[in-house]
Amino acid sequence: MDIFLQQIINGLVQGSIYALVALGYTMVYGIMGLINFAHGEVVMIGTLVTITVAGTLIKAGMPVVFAGLAGVSTSVLVCVALGWGLERIAYRPLRNAPRLTPLITAIGMSIVLQNLAMMIWGRNYLTFPSLLPKINFEVAGAHFTAIQVIIVVLSAATMGGLLALIYRTRLGMAMRATAQNPAVASLMGVNINRVIAAAFVIGSALGALAGVMVGTYYEIAHYQMGFMLGLKAFTAAVLGGIGNLAGAMLGGVLLGIIEALGAGYIGDLTGGFLGSHYQDIFAFIVLIVVLMFKPSGLFGEKTGDRA
Amino acid sequence: MSKVLLEARAVAKHFGGVKALRDVSLSIREGEVYGLIGPNGAGKTTFFNCMTGLYVPDGGGFVFDGQPLVADAPDQAAARGIARTFQNIRLFANMTALENVMVGRHVRTKAGVLGAMLQTKATRDEEAAIRQRAMDLLHYVRIEDRAEDLAKNLSYGDQRRLEIARALATEPRLLCLDEPAAGMNGTETAELRDLIDGIRRDGTTILLIEHDVKLVMGLCDRVAVLDYGALVIEDVPAVVQKDQRVIEAYLGA
Amino acid sequence: MKKWLNPRSAFGIALISVALVALPFVAAMGGQAWVRILDFAILYVFLALGLNIVVGFAGLLDLGYIAFYAVGAYAWALLASPHFGIHWPIWAILPIGAGLACIAGVLLGSPTLKLRGDYLAIVTLGFGEIVRIFMNNLNAPINVTNGPQGITLIDPVMIGGFKFSGNTTLFGLTLSGPQKYYFLLVALAILVIIINLRLQNSRIGRAWQAIREDEIAAKAVGINTRNIKLLAFAMGASFGGIAGGVFAAMQGFVSPESFSLMESIMILAMVVLGGMGHIPGVILGAVLLSVLPEALRYGVGPAQTALFGKQLVDPESLRMLVFGLALVLVMRFKPAGLWPSPERKRELAEKKA
Repeated sequence: MDIFLQQIINGLVQGSIYALVALGYTMVYGIMGLINFAHGEVVMIGTLVTITVAGTLIKAGMPVVFAGLAGVSTSVLVCVALGWGLERIAYRPLRNAPRLTPLITAIGMSIVLQNLAMMIWGRNYLTFPSLLPKINFEVAGAHFTAIQVIIVVLSAATMGGLLALIYRTRLGMAMRATAQNPAVASLMGVNINRVIAAAFVIGSALGALAGVMVGTYYEIAHYQMGFMLGLKAFTAAVLGGIGNLAGAMLGGVLLGIIEALGAGYIGDLTGGFLGSHYQDIFAFIVLIVVLMFKPSGLFGEKTGDRA
Repeated sequence: MSKVLLEARAVAKHFGGVKALRDVSLSIREGEVYGLIGPNGAGKTTFFNCMTGLYVPDGGGFVFDGQPLVADAPDQAAARGIARTFQNIRLFANMTALENVMVGRHVRTKAGVLGAMLQTKATRDEEAAIRQRAMDLLHYVRIEDRAEDLAKNLSYGDQRRLEIARALATEPRLLCLDEPAAGMNGTETAELRDLIDGIRRDGTTILLIEHDVKLVMGLCDRVAVLDYGALVIEDVPAVVQKDQRVIEAYLGA
Repeated sequence: MKKWLNPRSAFGIALISVALVALPFVAAMGGQAWVRILDFAILYVFLALGLNIVVGFAGLLDLGYIAFYAVGAYAWALLASPHFGIHWPIWAILPIGAGLACIAGVLLGSPTLKLRGDYLAIVTLGFGEIVRIFMNNLNAPINVTNGPQGITLIDPVMIGGFKFSGNTTLFGLTLSGPQKYYFLLVALAILVIIINLRLQNSRIGRAWQAIREDEIAAKAVGINTRNIKLLAFAMGASFGGIAGGVFAAMQGFVSPESFSLMESIMILAMVVLGGMGHIPGVILGAVLLSVLPEALRYGVGPAQTALFGKQLVDPESLRMLVFGLALVLVMRFKPAGLWPSPERKRELAEKKA
């Protein structure tokens, strides 16, 4: 029983991070139908920038709290600039191109960013500075840390803020309208370019936060870390029904929990035949099974494309 | 009286709370031109979509040539001999007119991957026959000079004709035309009328959804009127025209 | 067919044939490494044309294509190596590899092909990862794949008594292993080109295009869209399986590393960058994207030294950086690919106007 609770907690933490990253995918997809393959790299850059800024400042003797805050805000700024630049330079010229063209561009940008990061930060694993005190709690036999609590609470707060933005502000309304029908939205006076840029900017800011969380949680970072993370997050977005914000959040959390439970129990389930290194396949198996039965994801609307 | 080709038995369909079709029963006889009319939103196209397998009816079903039609299987409906056109023309836009009609031959031909890879004699002969038949059909609808043009570059009227040619390529026993005269001018409508007349004379049963009441009354052997998803009347044009309920439905009284 | 026989095309074909025969000997002047690069370029042509059936013809976005290649490669590796002590001949293993890949394709495709395009993309991507993870981990409790170490000492291709590895002297001409494989691969590539051409202008090819254009209209004229899509999927998978087998034999070694998602993406990039659905374009894309990174490998390091007098940045990442930028730039200025089919080009021009 305590393994169960433990894995739920671990899954919740991992899932919150997936959810934050998934939101970046789902917003861009919902508005312009593009799988922004480079989003995982934006998250990676967010982590690495924090390491450099916070690490340098801590070494220079700045109190950890301020160094951490400086690191996080720099990383958000860098990622926002990056996301905005990506859209402006790489994707915007391709609005009317065939469907797969921007996908290849996204892949190209992903390769560029990864290798740029490797040039700047090297091939080795980097240690993430500890920004938060290590406090442990124990509830009902399950252990968890202050970091875990903070990750979950902060993600929940961020997502709440995003929902408020999307459903309460003019910008949010414009974004929803564009997602429904870009042509009509633009006739109604919505500035499509601004809306798309906003989706990239907001998604990248969330990605930067997620990047900081991943770094704090695992205390390690690497120029290739964005790829698998991005893949899982995108899977989470599809699982929840891509284009749907709440779906991405729930999909992310669900995926994290399923993975954690899967990793915890796979040995028992298969009589020791398969070990926990199969953890990564859970995400994909769950995805395939869900889509077989619910082709538009768990919370996606049915798309009526019939005559 | 000739035999019944298609029979709809209490077909019902709803979208959420909207009842698009309320137990519609009607029968189309072999060799006739059957008109289905009604105000906008009366459920005509929904009826079409249920019949051709694009929608699954929520109740009732269809019997075609004595055998029930499988729901949700448009390809099987086509194989059984039901072909259709679409209200908002759906051609394969970036294929040539000829290729569009050739695709229509798919269901009546059988060359597979292996035949295509090996270019067997049977495959080559079949391919030549497909091409010939498609050319003949383009000639039949009088757009043979546009054979090599991309479908999307054809004029509106020619696109309508091409869609009919593509439907005819499947060798239908029942040809369903969804508002073929929509957006056409007087001359074009007259030409279309001749075309439909010709198809009927060649022995194909026709189901016609149309807004142009004059066209329907002049062309159809029998007419059914739908209003709010329910069948109002099914009879010869002369009777339908005088029916008080039909007049009310159209005038919205 | 008859069109091919006019004098101009005949001359063109003759020219291409001469170039194809001379190429491995020219490349060998730069060392056998270049012949191997050439071999891989042609293997990628084969793979890309296989994927072209799925993506270009049927319009199905497959991001896990490499999984089928992996199935073929591991089928060969396990049935022709000391790992299990089995050494079956090519005419048994190649069909088995293709068959297994085909079955994998059908198993994956039959429940998922009804999914919308981008969902299909992520499902195939997931499938590719699943296959790779299994290959990485199926070394315990029973050692099937030998895990991350991979399988070594795989038998080369043998046809009759003719071995494709090592040097052979034929009519006084010494051919190296890579050069022999080159001719085998060219033969296979020509075969797949012919198959692509014939399929494209066939009843099935037209059905694929119809589905791509308007799936509902395709259904309405009686095309069983599910089966026809599955057919494309299975065919693409089979070609992947064959390519995988030849890859394993040529390398003599397979490991899960060769079958990463990046490889699937590369092959897709070849198809799209070249010109989706247009056979000459796909060939061009495959050759460019397989040769370019290698050419950069040889070009980037020395160029840096020449420009700055020293190695400023890691040449490996610089070469990938340039590669990524090249993808972005080509898509920016040639959105329909470098060599798109005439219709597609027109389509795009009209959209802009």
